[in-house]
Amino acid sequence: MDLVNPGFGLVFWTAITFLILLGILRKFAWKPILGAVSEREESIKTALQSAEDAKKEMQNLQADNERILKEARAERDAMLKEARELKEGIISEAKEQAKSEGDKMIKQAQATIESEKKAAVADIKAQVANLSIDIAEKVIKEELSDKKKQEKLVQDMLGDIELN
Amino acid sequence: MRIGTLSAVFLGLLLVFPLAGFAKDEEAEKSDKKFDPNAMIMHHVKDAHEFHIIDINDKPVSIPLPIILWTDNGLTTFMSSEFHHDDNGEVIVEKNGGKFVKFHEKIYQLNEGSTTVEFDEKHHPVNASKPLDISVTRNVFMMWVSVLVLILIFTTAARVYRRSEDNVPTGIAGFVEPLVVFVRDEIAKPMIGEHKYKRYMPYLLTIFFFIWINNIFGLIPILNGANLSGNIAFTCTLAVFTFLITTFSGNKNYWKHIFWMPGVPVPMKIFLMPIELIGIFTKPISLMIRLFANITAGHIIILALMSLIFIFETVAVAPISVLFSLFITVIEIVVTAIQAYIFTILSALYFGMATEEEHH
Repeated sequence: MDLVNPGFGLVFWTAITFLILLGILRKFAWKPILGAVSEREESIKTALQSAEDAKKEMQNLQADNERILKEARAERDAMLKEARELKEGIISEAKEQAKSEGDKMIKQAQATIESEKKAAVADIKAQVANLSIDIAEKVIKEELSDKKKQEKLVQDMLGDIELN
Repeated sequence: MRIGTLSAVFLGLLLVFPLAGFAKDEEAEKSDKKFDPNAMIMHHVKDAHEFHIIDINDKPVSIPLPIILWTDNGLTTFMSSEFHHDDNGEVIVEKNGGKFVKFHEKIYQLNEGSTTVEFDEKHHPVNASKPLDISVTRNVFMMWVSVLVLILIFTTAARVYRRSEDNVPTGIAGFVEPLVVFVRDEIAKPMIGEHKYKRYMPYLLTIFFFIWINNIFGLIPILNGANLSGNIAFTCTLAVFTFLITTFSGNKNYWKHIFWMPGVPVPMKIFLMPIELIGIFTKPISLMIRLFANITAGHIIILALMSLIFIFETVAVAPISVLFSLFITVIEIVVTAIQAYIFTILSALYFGMATEEEHH
């Protein structure tokens, strides 16, 4: 049963060779390879982390932007509303003022017209009275220009009285 | 990109060469009058003192490897070529005042005064002793090749990171990194825990790739199936390392669970103690046997399927043998990774158990 009987020579050489191989590979292969692999894994991890951070920051920025935009929009809306209200206020005030002014002017005008009218009527009355007196004077002068006519007039008048 | 192409070619070779390689071996074996599949398979599965590549005209072509022995006269070394491919104890090499023979891939030293080896009925040498053998065998040689390849691959990958400014894995690092990250994220972290896994990473990574590459090398028959990870000495050594690390990193909680199991009545505590104590040892033993048996079994199946051609002595079986061994080889390629993964994940599991904190 040589097959299952470990020979000393091979055990001896295997032990020595394996220990030397372990020492050499440990120093010149496993250390640099494992070091490089873990270093790279570390760098990938940090890169992923920083990407995640950047993403979060982006989201924050976006949220900020949106907030600012919203605020700006609200402000604009408020300003517009205010302006509209102001405008409407001004217009209605102006209208009111204009109306009251107009009313006043109309009233004044009416009063003026009324007084003018009265004055005019009074004037006309006076002129008519003068005119009537003038006419009457002229008529009377004409009537009483000769004797005959004066007599006739007296006659007529006397006749009227008789009738009465 | 160049590395990608290379690895594709490498994988391609893995798929193609099993057939080519074994076919050559079989042709060599065929020239023997009587084909002994058992001997052939064992020859391939077990360790050897020379790197046998091919037989050309019955002449073996092989790479000689150094034989290193610790004898009574001290360290004795010579090349395995001095045995002239003899494995039956016939060629005697005299070195450092001792006479040595090689018999069934074992080196024997003849006793004083003997000139030839004598065998008893069971074919055991009677007048020779076995000196301590720390030869650089086929498996040791392949282990060193695999170590060089591993160091080359992973230090090159590490250099890629050092050169690039932003740690981008290019070239071979792109191939290596997913595997390293797999060991970290799928084996070490879930088994040991987020806080303590780092200490064990070098061991787990080394053991994973060391087992995997030797499993793969064992499947390349042009390397003559140096079956390192299917050798129990190899798996035993690695299992002992896991055992030592587990034992020495065991905390109070771990030992309490072994000697005085919390949460059970006292008689149960006493009953569980020996079971848990045995468990300390069965865990690494199961690691050792699992890897050894899986890899060796795969090799034996492939070799046995190929042997069918020579057992039946007909080419008609060849398509079936080739098809089946191709199928098994593809499975084995998957098994190379799976067994390395299992050995590593179980080691990590044991470390995790040893360092687990008490939870209430």
